[in-house]
Amino acid sequence: MEDLYREIIIDRYKNPQYRGHLDPHDISFEDDNPLCGDHIEVTLRVDAEGRVSEARFDGKGCAISQASADLLIESIIGKSLEEVKKMTKQDLLDLLGIELGPVRLKCALLSLKVLKAGVYGLGEASDELVE
Amino acid sequence: MTLDTLRIRQDFPIFERQVRPGVPLVYLDSTATTQKPQSVLRAMDEFYRRSNANIHRGVHTLAEEATALYEAARQKVAAFIHAADARQVIFTRNASEAINLAAYAWGRAHLKAGDLILLTEMEHHSNLVPWQMLAAATGASLDFVPVTDDGLLDLDAYRSLLTRQPRLVAFTHMSNVLGTINPAAEMIRLAHAAGARTLVDAAQSVPHLPVDVQALDADFLAFSAHKMLGPTGIGVLYGKRDLLESMPPFLGGGDMIKTVHLRDFVPNELPHKFEAGTPAIAEAVGFGAAVDYLSALGMDAVAAHEREIIAYALERLEEIRGVRVFGPPAEQRGGVASFTLEGVHPHDVAQILDTFGIAVRAGHHCAQPLHEKFGIPATTRASFYVYSTKEEVDQLVEGLYRVKKIFG
Repeated sequence: MEDLYREIIIDRYKNPQYRGHLDPHDISFEDDNPLCGDHIEVTLRVDAEGRVSEARFDGKGCAISQASADLLIESIIGKSLEEVKKMTKQDLLDLLGIELGPVRLKCALLSLKVLKAGVYGLGEASDELVE
Repeated sequence: MTLDTLRIRQDFPIFERQVRPGVPLVYLDSTATTQKPQSVLRAMDEFYRRSNANIHRGVHTLAEEATALYEAARQKVAAFIHAADARQVIFTRNASEAINLAAYAWGRAHLKAGDLILLTEMEHHSNLVPWQMLAAATGASLDFVPVTDDGLLDLDAYRSLLTRQPRLVAFTHMSNVLGTINPAAEMIRLAHAAGARTLVDAAQSVPHLPVDVQALDADFLAFSAHKMLGPTGIGVLYGKRDLLESMPPFLGGGDMIKTVHLRDFVPNELPHKFEAGTPAIAEAVGFGAAVDYLSALGMDAVAAHEREIIAYALERLEEIRGVRVFGPPAEQRGGVASFTLEGVHPHDVAQILDTFGIAVRAGHHCAQPLHEKFGIPATTRASFYVYSTKEEVDQLVEGLYRVKKIFG
């Protein structure tokens, strides 16, 4: 039935594995999608080799935005910051395993946008990061 | 039912389509824009096929015909809102542009630093941002009539705010989120007694209720065609004659002038003074056909139909555990129900309902401050019109039970 609401998305929305806030952390960033009030914060710890050793997200919003954040955070642990910088929209959609229309795409991409803005050390998250 | 919805639905070609194979359309988003009857589509098509020409200047047959059709539409719209004179009906691009016109042309000429503009907490962004811009440009200040927990305007607070002698009171006749029908005539009477001018955002009321601008005694009133069976791209600013006469023009260009020299111009008479450039001619013709359609149904019958539907919808929605509907009881509202479903974000609700062909809206519905007031980022909104049926309400309710099941 509802392809968008694959079991994994509902499951990650209801029982996120990586929800939380790391304190202390090496990198943090947060932003929201003003259209629907989705909000995502990410905090990362980075080891001496420049790899993500621990990561968490926090926030509120729709199932797509929260499940995508949980799956994204899971996928970056152990990756180098350089690898994280290279992550694309398609990488995230592959994690979710669904097709999204333009409106819901923004929900799904919020976490990636926030993550990349944090890793790049930018002042604000721009849509260009996830094009 | 008050209206014969079965017959009415046959007038709307869009109901012939399926959203996806085997999934019929349940359109519950008429507050955003309504569907269009065949008569409106035909009128616009006919115009382009038979009478298309630019208006007001040409002397050839088509130009005469197009001008007559455009001005006839203005007459119909004026009669529909009981305006004393069709020249008081200014065609704009939409209700937002109508409010911007008033804020710019009247506001900048009449307001100065320290003046007060009184709005309400339930305004659509279109009746909020133009006044914020005017306040920034003139140094005027803004204040707001509070909304009660029931989704009504606090009229005691309104009376006390009026003692501060605002220059203008601008408010929505019917909330696009809560559905609240505000006591516009009473509010205007009080505003006038306090020496204020009034602007009524009637984008939701003119489509759904009988509206008589003279009985209301509104100074300005704004609405859009596309929310009342007409096309997008055309709206109305109604204004009192003396106010419109006293205002400087809004946009400059063709048609809004009487004479032009290299260094100056003389503005045209009403209503053309405010209609610069080639207007939405075919859309005006379609708007006229929409007004004809609604007049044939009768606005009393339209309002009664929606009261019946919304009463039924509220009753059915409230039986679902976890649903919270915002706004007043059915007697005080139009055909709009905004709600939250516990544990499920409105976007997810709307998305899942869409898989069953049910079109609702999710978000803050261009009324972010109102949502902040209720402490929620977004709601799901179902809204109804002349073609809406109780069966569609049942389908919505069934859909919501399925959403609950998915989110377990």
